[in-house]
Amino acid sequence: MNSATLSTTDPAESPLASAFRQALPIILGYVPVGFAYGVLAQKSGLSALNTLLMSALVYAGSAQLIAVGLFAAAANPLAIVATTFVVNLRHLLMSAALAPYLGRWNKTRLALFAAQMTDETFALHANRFARNETGPAETFGINVIAQSAWVGSTALGLAASTLITDVRPIGLDYALPAMFIGLLLGQLKSRQHLVVAVTAGALSTALMLAGLGQSHVLAATVIAATIGLGVHAWTSRRSS
Amino acid sequence: MDQQTIFLTILGMMAVTYIPRALPVLALARRTLPEPVIRWLGFIPVAVLAAMLVPALVAPEKFLDFSFRNIFLWAAIPTFLVCWKTKSFVGAVVTGMGCVALGRLFFT
Repeated sequence: MNSATLSTTDPAESPLASAFRQALPIILGYVPVGFAYGVLAQKSGLSALNTLLMSALVYAGSAQLIAVGLFAAAANPLAIVATTFVVNLRHLLMSAALAPYLGRWNKTRLALFAAQMTDETFALHANRFARNETGPAETFGINVIAQSAWVGSTALGLAASTLITDVRPIGLDYALPAMFIGLLLGQLKSRQHLVVAVTAGALSTALMLAGLGQSHVLAATVIAATIGLGVHAWTSRRSS
Repeated sequence: MDQQTIFLTILGMMAVTYIPRALPVLALARRTLPEPVIRWLGFIPVAVLAAMLVPALVAPEKFLDFSFRNIFLWAAIPTFLVCWKTKSFVGAVVTGMGCVALGRLFFT
């Protein structure tokens, strides 16, 4: 995707301007989803305050949408928390994947950074950090802008919830899949990465259809990355 | 459910979301990891993105659907092409959403 073109660093550009430019695709992806969440939360019986607090404190798109559905179905609160845990456990791997780049950050900074790590900010930072762009001003700029877009679009959804009955006719529910297509394209750095992507996609689908609930993403990721290691070992032995 | 119970549930959701986000980066950032571990972690981004995306495209209703009714799958093609050819992320998102909206308008 265009993170390569987007991030050609202009020395005259301030970290904030650069952060905004890089966060723009995330904002576009978040606005429709945050909006949809705001609408649905309102219709599921959450107060406006609780709706906003969930976006500010939990800050996890798919988990919030699932939780809202469970609240609407009057599910057990412990079941809601447990579902959230399983849905968001993939961040464990993302956090581990970014760790090798952040050896020079202190604990406070790392703890703050972790609070704003979502699928989308992770994917963007994975591309940036790989190019040694670990500047804290720009990194936190991106994260704060992204979360503001998330909370802000939740507020918009709340405000519009009486007007909007269905977000599907305008294709808003495709914003995140479209964004992930772009982010995935940016991650296909080698043939090995392509093999890992195809494996992870097929496995994840198969496990989901087999009824693995919410852990199919986690399981498929671990297995596919391990297969990637095997492919790497095999190809480097053949070429040596 | 009353709003106070909902608030307490949200606090619980916050805790179980934050801990997996924070623990690895806090524990591993200052360690020098062995080379195969670094390489394995390098495959995580592409793996996790594909694992999240592919089921949403080929089975949006939780069953495999390669028919023309599956708009999410077919909209992925122009989205992919626009992103690849123009390198424009915004263009890709707009293309995808537009295709889904038009597909629903004409075919459902």
